[in-house]
Amino acid sequence: MSSRPKFGVVVFPGSNCDHDTYYTLKKILNYNVVFLWHKQTDINDCDVIILPGGFSYGDYLRTGSIAKFSPIMNEVVNFAHNGGYVFGICNGFQILLEAGLLPGVMIKNQSLNFVCKDVYLSIENKATAFTNGINGNNPLKIPIAHGEGNYFADEETLKSLQNNQQIVFRYCSDEGIIAKEFNPNGSVFNIAGITNKNKNVFGMMPHPERSSDPVLKKTDGSLVFKSLANYILN
Amino acid sequence: MFKAKVLIKRRATILDPQGKAVEIGAKHLGLKNIKNTRIDKYIEFSVDTMDKKSAVDEVNDYCKKLLANPIMEDFEFTVEEVK
Repeated sequence: MSSRPKFGVVVFPGSNCDHDTYYTLKKILNYNVVFLWHKQTDINDCDVIILPGGFSYGDYLRTGSIAKFSPIMNEVVNFAHNGGYVFGICNGFQILLEAGLLPGVMIKNQSLNFVCKDVYLSIENKATAFTNGINGNNPLKIPIAHGEGNYFADEETLKSLQNNQQIVFRYCSDEGIIAKEFNPNGSVFNIAGITNKNKNVFGMMPHPERSSDPVLKKTDGSLVFKSLANYILN
Repeated sequence: MFKAKVLIKRRATILDPQGKAVEIGAKHLGLKNIKNTRIDKYIEFSVDTMDKKSAVDEVNDYCKKLLANPIMEDFEFTVEEVK
């Protein structure tokens, strides 16, 4: 196992994809990875901080709204402001929005249902640290599992996301067609994943850690982790 | 000691899927005139201070930084002394 890059997976009370993410990084991809308890106030020299999926603090008040005050989040915010790579998956994405590291908000799925299924993602920006290693133009097949993944941003924010190439993934068909019927949650502009302006903070609702193990016969999710690791090493 | 009552309302321009779903129930009930159902949040708590200004400041801070998300919600509150 190479010691770099070193991934840190933050564990909040109510995180439930922390071990899946750790397993994927360590056992499938053979990367250096540690857990970071949310009460820690240092990030142990990590190169990437991952905020995993789950239901931090029971999703009370609003998803991610209480986790942003966990002690480790001060360090995560400083790390992000200094250019460090921060990656939020599902609930982690919701926390990044609440913490103001990414623009916009997440509201309940339009259907009001918790949606758990494979979806297809069109790659809108291949030049980011999180996507640069993805070859070809085929959409990625990665599962979602959320009740509040309906991304909303006002028109001005949406325009700035577009102008700065911050939109990374959009929901589409298996053939890459982006249309309303392939939008699982009502997200504005079919948005599934965005970065900040500096492209070092990334949030996505689908779960790449759930489509990385070859045993599951789907490995598109691993491309995101591999892209990031290779980008940092090179 | 003060008692704070906070009302948090989602902006009218932002879809409220819960309100919409509940309104379908109203239709099923046969209530034909119900329109624009919105589900908001009402929160009560005490503020343990003798000074009204600091109570109001603290409630305002609580609302701005945690209870409401200023990107999609507005809030209003009252603060009343409890004898």
